[in-house]
Amino acid sequence: MPLLVLNQERQVKMISSSIGIWNYWIVFLLMMIGLFLVIGRKNFLKKIVGLAIFQTSVFLLYITFGKIAGATPPILNEALDTVYSNPLPHVLILTAIVVGVATTALGLSLVLRINSEYGSIEEDDISAQDLVDYHDEIETSKKLKSKFVK
Amino acid sequence: MIPIEYLILITVFPPLLVCATTPFLSGRTILRDLLGPIGGLVSSWGSIKLVQAVLDGEQPKLEFLQIAEGISIGFTVTPLGALFGLVASVLWIFAGIYSVGYMRGNKEKSQTRFSTFYALAVHAALCIAYAGDLLTLFIFYEILTFSTYPLVTHKQDELAQKAGRLYMSILFGSSVILLLPAIIWVWVITGSLEISQNGVLDGKIDPKYAPFLLMMFVFGIGKAALMPIHKWLPAAMVAPTPVSALLHAVAVVKAGVFTMLLVLTNVFGIEFLSKTGASFWLIGLASFTLLTTSVIAIYKDDIKARLAYSTISQLSYITLGGALASSLATQGAALHIVTHAAGKITLFFVAGAIYVGAKLSNISELNGQGKSMPLIFIAFFIGSLSIIGVPPMGGSWSKFFLMLGAAESGYFFVIAVFCVSTILNVYYLLEIPARAFFFKKEKEITAKVPLLITIPTLMTCFLTILLFFFIEPFQNLASLMVGK
Amino acid sequence: MTDILIKNLPILVVLCPLMMSLFVVLISNAFISWILTLLTTVLTFILSILLFQEVQIQTYISYALGNWAPPLGIEYVIDKVSIIPIIIISSISLLSTIFSYKLMPFEVGQSSISKVYSLWLLAIAGLIGLVTTGDAFNLFVFLEISSLASVALVAMGAKKDKQALVAAYNYLVIGAVGATLYVIGVGLLYSITGTLNMEDLSNRLKEIDNNRALIAGFGFMITGIMVKAAVFPLHIWLPRAYSYAPSAVSVLLAATATKASLYILARILFSIFNISDDLIIITLNYVILPLSILAMFAGTIMAIYEKDIKRLLAHSSIAQIGYITLAFSIGSKASIAAGFIHMFNHALIKGGLFMAITSIGYYLQKRVTINNLSGLGRQMPITFFCFILCSLSLAGLPLTAGFISKLYLIKATISSEGIWIVFLILFSSALSLIYLWKMIEALWLHENIKKIIINENPYIYISLLIITFLNIYFGLDASLIVNSSEGAANTLMGFSK
Repeated sequence: MPLLVLNQERQVKMISSSIGIWNYWIVFLLMMIGLFLVIGRKNFLKKIVGLAIFQTSVFLLYITFGKIAGATPPILNEALDTVYSNPLPHVLILTAIVVGVATTALGLSLVLRINSEYGSIEEDDISAQDLVDYHDEIETSKKLKSKFVK
Repeated sequence: MIPIEYLILITVFPPLLVCATTPFLSGRTILRDLLGPIGGLVSSWGSIKLVQAVLDGEQPKLEFLQIAEGISIGFTVTPLGALFGLVASVLWIFAGIYSVGYMRGNKEKSQTRFSTFYALAVHAALCIAYAGDLLTLFIFYEILTFSTYPLVTHKQDELAQKAGRLYMSILFGSSVILLLPAIIWVWVITGSLEISQNGVLDGKIDPKYAPFLLMMFVFGIGKAALMPIHKWLPAAMVAPTPVSALLHAVAVVKAGVFTMLLVLTNVFGIEFLSKTGASFWLIGLASFTLLTTSVIAIYKDDIKARLAYSTISQLSYITLGGALASSLATQGAALHIVTHAAGKITLFFVAGAIYVGAKLSNISELNGQGKSMPLIFIAFFIGSLSIIGVPPMGGSWSKFFLMLGAAESGYFFVIAVFCVSTILNVYYLLEIPARAFFFKKEKEITAKVPLLITIPTLMTCFLTILLFFFIEPFQNLASLMVGK
Repeated sequence: MTDILIKNLPILVVLCPLMMSLFVVLISNAFISWILTLLTTVLTFILSILLFQEVQIQTYISYALGNWAPPLGIEYVIDKVSIIPIIIISSISLLSTIFSYKLMPFEVGQSSISKVYSLWLLAIAGLIGLVTTGDAFNLFVFLEISSLASVALVAMGAKKDKQALVAAYNYLVIGAVGATLYVIGVGLLYSITGTLNMEDLSNRLKEIDNNRALIAGFGFMITGIMVKAAVFPLHIWLPRAYSYAPSAVSVLLAATATKASLYILARILFSIFNISDDLIIITLNYVILPLSILAMFAGTIMAIYEKDIKRLLAHSSIAQIGYITLAFSIGSKASIAAGFIHMFNHALIKGGLFMAITSIGYYLQKRVTINNLSGLGRQMPITFFCFILCSLSLAGLPLTAGFISKLYLIKATISSEGIWIVFLILFSSALSLIYLWKMIEALWLHENIKKIIINENPYIYISLLIITFLNIYFGLDASLIVNSSEGAANTLMGFSK
């Protein structure tokens, strides 16, 4: 009978632990927004933006892992008994940020080239143009009908 | 004295050498055309010596190449292998001469390419004959399939493409999907790829799985043309007749039934088969194929199509002999390899001769042509008698042993099957010489058959008669095979 | 001197192409940049051979970068497992560099050659670094180096066909998502174990019971790597990327890029995690196995209906990757060895096929389709001969390399449970003959469309002949490949005691 209704104490604990991990909720939100943009949007530029957001969520994830409650940022100071947050994730994220920058740069330059070649950066327009070209190619090569040697 | 191991190489390598040198001789046609028969002579000499060695009780072995641990290419001359090797190499001589006559007489193109792949196919067949283990057998079995493709599609027209596709898909599909896993299954359960005289599976496999393994082998050996894996053979008749004669009457199909007999005797073993009854279903299937294809043959008007279905039927004799799991029947099957090869190659030679000489390919057009090509049709008559099993032609021996074997094994209905089939054989084979000699000539054609065609045909025809009197070495090989 | 060389081999084999790539981009002369690239790949190849010999003696070489001792520092690990992709990558890069001499200017334009070769060396450095590293995050870095360089290389094909740009873009986006998923996985694992070093990870993971972070981390890592390895259904980027890339790039990527990721997959599944873990067993049996079977059939069937030859070969690669992942998913020593054998042989086969089709495309001056292949076989006999041999190797003709991998794969599968898997493998490999035969028929049986006199280019056909020869050689004497792969499988399974 009392299974569906949790008692007061447990309710409070659940809510506080959910709020306590609010970092992770943001990570999750950003991750989903990023993925949605990458998959759901047809504009190439928006996809890159989505990718950047997705990568940012991962950065947040790492840094959250490194955070220790009540610790200072991992910058060395003279006091011997300071508790520092884990510096390693920060280092990893620096690396990952650089990788993300390179990816974004490459993506943007590709978008520029695509724009200059196709005149548009919408996936639909580009697919339509490509499909026409592909079919043309197949048609012209079909016209030279394959005959046999004899 | 030449060491025994080198004899194997002397038999097996000439065709490969011919294949390797022919492409460079496309300008010097006479030399190129001589290479085949010369290679055949060398191979035959080697294979005869090997037969003698085996009859003396030796078992020549040669480990040729180790591919990786546990798998290698090795040759072992077993009695059955010596028998098949002899058949293939001797008939290559005649087929080589015949193909020169045919290709020149028909003014075919790309003769160099033809000769190259022809020799390669013979090489593959000889390697199958002397294969020392299942993997070597499989390797050359596949090489045989691929090397005969350019021969089947030689004409390079649409019909050839269709036939080639059917040919490759059936042969390659069956060997990859069924034969290869069957071999590997044997490898896994026995721990090696070796074959032995009395079978390797006894005690290693649960008897209730044995029929399934056998099924995989039987349907995987597509070259033995058991129904329903038989369609490739009539399709392959689009090839020029020398191909049909040597390959689809001798090398390819005999490689198939050789493999079948090898599997039945050296992998499963006669005792194991009779103990477990694993091949009982095969008796039924082989009998069914035998009769059905004989009936189909009656309705075929194209000479080569009729001969193709006749071949399928005769191959089922061999499979049936092996499936009966009696030593007499297996001996009969082995003998049938020899006698059928000689007889069928004669019949195909005649079919090609008729095509080259008179440009005819249908039986209904043959009325009265016997007067213009008498020797050819007499050869056909004698060859047919051999296939039907009438003394004094060689085919009578193999039929005799097969019938004895059927009685020995207790499956008496098989004797009835043989009898009915013989009657059908009479009908569809003798129709041809009958029309040629006894009907009135309808088409006025001056038939001109080149000498290089007539001579091999007469020689193989003579061979069928010779086999009647000199069956003994083959009979000894066959009995050695079953362990007597 | 040689002592120092030997001690630093693990890093040298990565540094050599990496440093040279920075140097090559500064050179404007196309020929000199090609020569430098060639010399670098030769040197890398020699270094990898030396490494191979070292590994036979030492079995496990651990190199601490910057002398920071593992597990805190980044270490490079060369053992019998990682040496296989190193050899594959260095040898294929050498052959494709030789191959690219005439093709690059034709497809990319004289002015961009040095940039292309710089990217080329960067991609090679990235791939080799990917397989030598023993640190999970360092792996991500090299993964991205090789990916970004490959994306740029693919995009270089835009001069010939602007669809290369879209293909490169898709490759970039999908690849980046995959790599990021991998990073999430690594982060989750780091959060529960506190280490990034692969060997240390595997030790610490043994002590942790299954908790959600572990499972989630594993899932993310595997999914990310599967994107890079083009396992069905995450393979969508591959067909277009490989078919619109410049030809020499297709040869390089088709033979190496996915192999490196497949090696990483094997590492994660068997080294970092334990084969006897329930998690791994479930993943192998219920995720990777069905996906591999789907890959085999989807790849083959798409290839049968494909008219554009390069895309056909790319689809066929998907199927072959399916065989390798299938071998891994069966999880026995014999099957893992079979997977490595096929990794090696497939690099040879696909490299050869792409090279042959490229040389045909070079003379046709346009995209090669089934229809315009007609009759070319007779005009380009050497290419045709090599093409036939490589196709027969793909189909599994005995005495070629492809047969060896098929043989070992079937043997390993028959020994395990599930005889139906064997039939599926064989059925799909019989189906693969269909598309191969279509190409062979078009080359041989059909009439010529253009009657042009073709002189075959030595640079193209030297590498082609070498690769075809290797196909046959490893079909006749497979002991080297089989022994190395079995050594690799022993090492991998040995990790999880």
